[in-house]
Amino acid sequence: MANLVSALTLGHYLALGAVLFCISVAGLFLNRKNVIMLLVSLELMLLSVNINFVAFSRSLGDAAGQVFVFFILTVAAAEAAIGLAILVTLFRNRRTIDVADIDSLKG
Amino acid sequence: MDFDFQTIAFLGFAAVAAIAALAAIAARNPVHAVLWLVLTFFSVACTWIVGGVEFLGIALVLVYVGAVMVLFLFVVMMLDMDKAPIRQGYVRYLPIGLLVAVAMLLEMLALIGVRSAAQAPLADNAAVAAGIPNTNWLAHALFTDFMLPFEVAAVILTVAVVAAVMLTLRRREGARHQNPSEQVRVRAAERVRMVKMAAETPVVDGQAGEGA
Repeated sequence: MANLVSALTLGHYLALGAVLFCISVAGLFLNRKNVIMLLVSLELMLLSVNINFVAFSRSLGDAAGQVFVFFILTVAAAEAAIGLAILVTLFRNRRTIDVADIDSLKG
Repeated sequence: MDFDFQTIAFLGFAAVAAIAALAAIAARNPVHAVLWLVLTFFSVACTWIVGGVEFLGIALVLVYVGAVMVLFLFVVMMLDMDKAPIRQGYVRYLPIGLLVAVAMLLEMLALIGVRSAAQAPLADNAAVAAGIPNTNWLAHALFTDFMLPFEVAAVILTVAVVAAVMLTLRRREGARHQNPSEQVRVRAAERVRMVKMAAETPVVDGQAGEGA
């Protein structure tokens, strides 16, 4: 713990990523009715993964980690766009975004 | 114990990010949740910049705060949902959610935090060691080793745009619109009709025209 304030270490970034990941998992549990809040938690989870990539890229001096974060940002943007488009279509047809109400496939 | 300004700045930004993330998942109003998420992204971008990862920090602010979060806000405000049923089950799932999250956090920190936090500080920045900015360093990798994935990422973005538009596009009854493929395929014969008819003859009074 001597290094907590005296030098920036890999552990600092990994701990931040772990904290954000656990917060987003708790968010998935708590807000399981609302699709938008689920998407918010998912974005938070992707961010914590990105923090880990950046930390190891910085620690190992390898550019591949930062390039990967670049690609994850790209895919996450595509995911958000399509996910929100599906949400808009769903709301237009069913007038609800409650996950419990979307059970047409249930036998 | 000596204080490193960089580390203090990191701790401050990390604390703001964690608090904002907690507020984001606990917010009653989805608009507030998205705004707290914006603060989280911004603080995390600051921690990246503190660590010497400048390009991705700026990209995170531009791409996420500038584009994706605005899209979120747009959709949240467009959907007219009532908040009461959305909160059902919140209290019921609070204990199990907290239990899972805290247990997972403790396990992760036991795996990574205690051991590596005591280890040597972060290695020297590879980009600084090479004498070039972080952006140049990243671009070298991106446009040599990762050229094909870079182009595939561009295709993915294009497909996503087309898919999003196709999902939300709808034809309203009574709206006037053009059909470009019909316009392109049109032929002259469909637009101009040649009519055979006698040339017009002037109408003259009486039989005067006959003799002239």
